[in-house]
Amino acid sequence: MFDLTGKRALVTGASGGIGREIAKALAAAGATVALSGTRVGALEDTQKEIGKDCPILPANLSKLDEVDKLVPAAEAAMGGVDILVNNAGMTRDNLFMRMKDEEWDEVLAVNLTAAFHLNRAVLRGMMKARWGRIIGISSVVGVMGNPGQGNYAASKAGLIGMNKALAYEVASRNITVNSIAPGFISSAMTDELNDKQREQILSTVPAGRLGTAQEVAGCAVFLASDAAAYITGHTLNVNGGMAMI
Amino acid sequence: MSDVADRVRKIVVEHLNVDAEKVTEKASFIDDLGADSLDQVELVMAFEEEFSVEIPDDAAESIQTFGDAVAFLTKATS
Repeated sequence: MFDLTGKRALVTGASGGIGREIAKALAAAGATVALSGTRVGALEDTQKEIGKDCPILPANLSKLDEVDKLVPAAEAAMGGVDILVNNAGMTRDNLFMRMKDEEWDEVLAVNLTAAFHLNRAVLRGMMKARWGRIIGISSVVGVMGNPGQGNYAASKAGLIGMNKALAYEVASRNITVNSIAPGFISSAMTDELNDKQREQILSTVPAGRLGTAQEVAGCAVFLASDAAAYITGHTLNVNGGMAMI
Repeated sequence: MSDVADRVRKIVVEHLNVDAEKVTEKASFIDDLGADSLDQVELVMAFEEEFSVEIPDDAAESIQTFGDAVAFLTKATS
């Protein structure tokens, strides 16, 4: 039921953290996975960990010409794209009153506009195949807001809204479009927190611990699988209970 | 019946799963042949591929019937 043998997936931001674990988990479930990201060395590391032949497709998603080459490149490498995971994301935090246009634009471009372009690009193949899975990695911040992250929150909420609208449009074609909203996930960034910061964060999480990238990846495999065929337009909150919505 | 009409009819029959006799000059994709708006987009995409042409959005919106499609594609490929 969770078997993805024969499916071809494209994962953005596969060079590290959650994206790498998603790529590994999809591959472990049997999918062929194309790895996209900005850092080729890190993508090669992901490929080594997967231990299977996966196309490496470097792309800077802040540049639309590179975004628009990505799906054709993945289709050329794998023969098609059945599963798209829009995972790539970035932050440029600043308080609202001090936020520069560039900080807003850059975050929206990578987190939302690139996902729009990639979603649109995979649809033709998925419509023909009458099967497809689109998964957007949003954030609890997109659902709840967070001070200093107006741009990031807008982009992550935007992803959820966009995916819901698209889910309506393509549901009759066996294409599901869902979002995953992780809470605090253990990463290179959270490793740098001091004890006090960590304590403060964990006080908001009923589970009393950070999540792992693997725990997010498992949800992506579920949403990509036949087990989730009747789930669309959904946002799966993976946050240890910090926002029960 | 022209070659263009035959090719268009084949796409419509296959895509909408309708009898070829129903695909008449005046047959509307949505009102007569059971297409939804997404089917219409897919038909236009299929026409683009079959005839190697690009159909702009405003032209696509004007293609409502089988006859419209044949007329547009005959002109576009002549």
